[in-house]
Amino acid sequence: MAEFIRMTALSPTMDKGTVQKWNVAVNDKISTGDVICEVETDKANMDYEAEDEGVLLAILVEEGGKARVGDPIAIIGEQGEDISALKKQAQEPASHEPAQEEASGKQAQAEAGGRKPAGAERAGGAAVAAAGQESRAGRSSGTAQQAPAAGQPVQAEQPAAVPGRMPAQAGEAAATAVAAVTGMTQEQPGEGRIKISPLANRIAAQNRINIAAVRGSGPGGRIVKRDIEKIILGRTQAGTIQAAPAGAGPAGLQEIETPVSQKRAVIARRLAESKFSAPHYYLGIDVLMDALLLSRQRLAEDDTQGKLTLNTFLIKLAAEAIKKHPLVNSTWMGDRIVTHGSIDIGLAVDREDGLVVPVVRNCGARGLREIDTDLRALIEKARAGKLTIADMDRATFTISNLGSFGIDDFTAIINPPGSAILAVGKINKRPWVNRENSIEIRQVLRLTLSCDHRVLDGAAGARFLNELKNIMEQPVRALL
Amino acid sequence: MAKISFREALHQAMDEEMARDENVILMGEEVALYNGAYKVSKGLYDKYGETRVIDTPITEEGFTGIGIGAALAGLRPIVEWMTFNFSLQALDQVINNAAKMSYMSGGQLHVPIVFRGPNGPAEYLSSQHSQALQTIYTHIPGLKVVSPATPYDAKGLLKSAIRDDNPVVFMEAEMMYSWEGDVPEGEYLIPLGKADIKRPGGDVSVVTYSKPLRVVQEAAGQLAGQGIEIEIIDLRTLRPLDTRTVFESVRKTNRCVVVDESWPVCGMASYVGYLVASRCFDDLDAPVELVTAEDVPMPYNHTLELAAQPSVEKVVNAVKKVMYL
Repeated sequence: MAEFIRMTALSPTMDKGTVQKWNVAVNDKISTGDVICEVETDKANMDYEAEDEGVLLAILVEEGGKARVGDPIAIIGEQGEDISALKKQAQEPASHEPAQEEASGKQAQAEAGGRKPAGAERAGGAAVAAAGQESRAGRSSGTAQQAPAAGQPVQAEQPAAVPGRMPAQAGEAAATAVAAVTGMTQEQPGEGRIKISPLANRIAAQNRINIAAVRGSGPGGRIVKRDIEKIILGRTQAGTIQAAPAGAGPAGLQEIETPVSQKRAVIARRLAESKFSAPHYYLGIDVLMDALLLSRQRLAEDDTQGKLTLNTFLIKLAAEAIKKHPLVNSTWMGDRIVTHGSIDIGLAVDREDGLVVPVVRNCGARGLREIDTDLRALIEKARAGKLTIADMDRATFTISNLGSFGIDDFTAIINPPGSAILAVGKINKRPWVNRENSIEIRQVLRLTLSCDHRVLDGAAGARFLNELKNIMEQPVRALL
Repeated sequence: MAKISFREALHQAMDEEMARDENVILMGEEVALYNGAYKVSKGLYDKYGETRVIDTPITEEGFTGIGIGAALAGLRPIVEWMTFNFSLQALDQVINNAAKMSYMSGGQLHVPIVFRGPNGPAEYLSSQHSQALQTIYTHIPGLKVVSPATPYDAKGLLKSAIRDDNPVVFMEAEMMYSWEGDVPEGEYLIPLGKADIKRPGGDVSVVTYSKPLRVVQEAAGQLAGQGIEIEIIDLRTLRPLDTRTVFESVRKTNRCVVVDESWPVCGMASYVGYLVASRCFDDLDAPVELVTAEDVPMPYNHTLELAAQPSVEKVVNAVKKVMYL
């Protein structure tokens, strides 16, 4: 019996995916486990493995098209089956109703006949994607989002960007827009009834979760507590944050609208969530880098394995300072604070389509060389767009280094579930008043620590940052 | 603490209350010379004599009415029904007289009486003698209904029932009479209308009472082996119902299963299920599940007889269902 292949949640926080590439064509045979398409989730590109076997009868969402989790993206069945009823259903917005699914499925089985032209399929897929879109971004922009006419699927699928902004500011704008949307939790009527347990509904409302985007795991697709908890967990675990890198220059006099990619939307949402929920405060300190830079140089001279990156030193020495101030390595959980056993440090890495934060695990227990090897591998993967969710999950502390962009100092936004983030500027040669009250030229690095006041009081943050400064200026202190 | 049987616990309760208050009398079929059909009244005739422990003819409506009259006149009778199946003969007396007198007299009259005996299925007794009739009694305003599951609860609750100035229907079970449990020496009372958490747990609230408690306890053991911790609430008293304990538990676990050996239609479990669904609506992650007797007259065939009652398997399945497992 022909049935839908539906977009599934390929990451814990995904509510929508973009089909990047179809690996199979209509009439191809599919076996369970075959990678039928690649999907861009909110975090990474993931392989979509078939759960059933059969023949691909139709593709409902073309490459580049988006689909909400749960929306049909293709139809699978037996060769020659009539799928007109399924296709019709795919165009109806209330495709989450299982009773309908069953009925239509039976109908499809009973009927026999040909297929609709490809254009109709595409329009169907686009209509579904657009319907999903409307609930998420449509209202915040104040622009009416109409379902697209056939033949214009790509444009219509994109959420409304805020006009009049430079691309570099789009993330910020989106953050505001997303924040506005997340205040609304109920699906508008007419989009099909959403089955949700009263408890799950209440938790969703408290956490400002749009239940229309949640795929229920209960009977008949009912959204239950665990589905909502998964999203909340994903929110605390995931997260890419950071002040945007120095943006592109002025784009001329023309007004440009840039559609918000999924990744950008996630960055925006995480950023907004962190900044709005965690009361940030900021501590700045100057670090004399001469000794550390000299050590790094000496190590490189002695070592054939190559020069350790400065970020490796930052990660390792931050981990050493965290060991002495473990509260920095904590997560605010509402009714309790979890201080983590492993120091997992994320490093913000710039990518054209938005920053990513690969995580080096267990930095407290590992040496510089090991950390450096890990870090290089992660950055390599990040540049190639191959980071997996496991690579980016759960940073307990984060470092953002904009030194290479010529930034002297800046403040960063905390990357959940961590409680602090270290913003690293550029090493500058500066006149420095030494202990003898004479001025000398020293290499100075400005560090700014953003702390979540719910976890770390000012003095706690200050003690940590001072420790880090001392260790960086005199690395042997890490051994104390 | 002594380990005594449910039967002995009931016996102690009646003995102590009869010794404490000479207005307490016991009447029913075979309660005196024969020492009771289930030996609950063993020795009481010898101890208190024929004026306080009275054998009655086989006429439930008659002796139940006499008991109610005696209560109105100032005694505190315990009327033993050989089984609740026979109590149907006396329903008119219980519902129209015992339950109504206080109301219809504007509180001038009281009916301090206890109707007690075994209720619910035993084994091989077929449809007429295997009925769990608690719902019929709990339905009636003006009655209190008690249905304990352990010797400790049975003793403390029966003593409270005897001292209560309202008619109390006290439901035991033939299969439970030999169950043993710890009962402290010396007097204690358990107030009517208080449920008891027999096992704390965080995953699912399982509400039950009377004989199915053991089924639920066995299910709890199996589920614990699978990492599921159920909280067992023993209602003990069906009317007045301790909703507070039930609601507090459900608000903690977000899930509720009610296990009841009476029938499901308009039954005790249905009512508890309604209350939970209504008062804990925003706390529920799944609909309330009921595990009750099947909606059939009790089959005589033993396999079917067992299949018609709540079982460990049914409870385990219901718990998993509300957990979406």
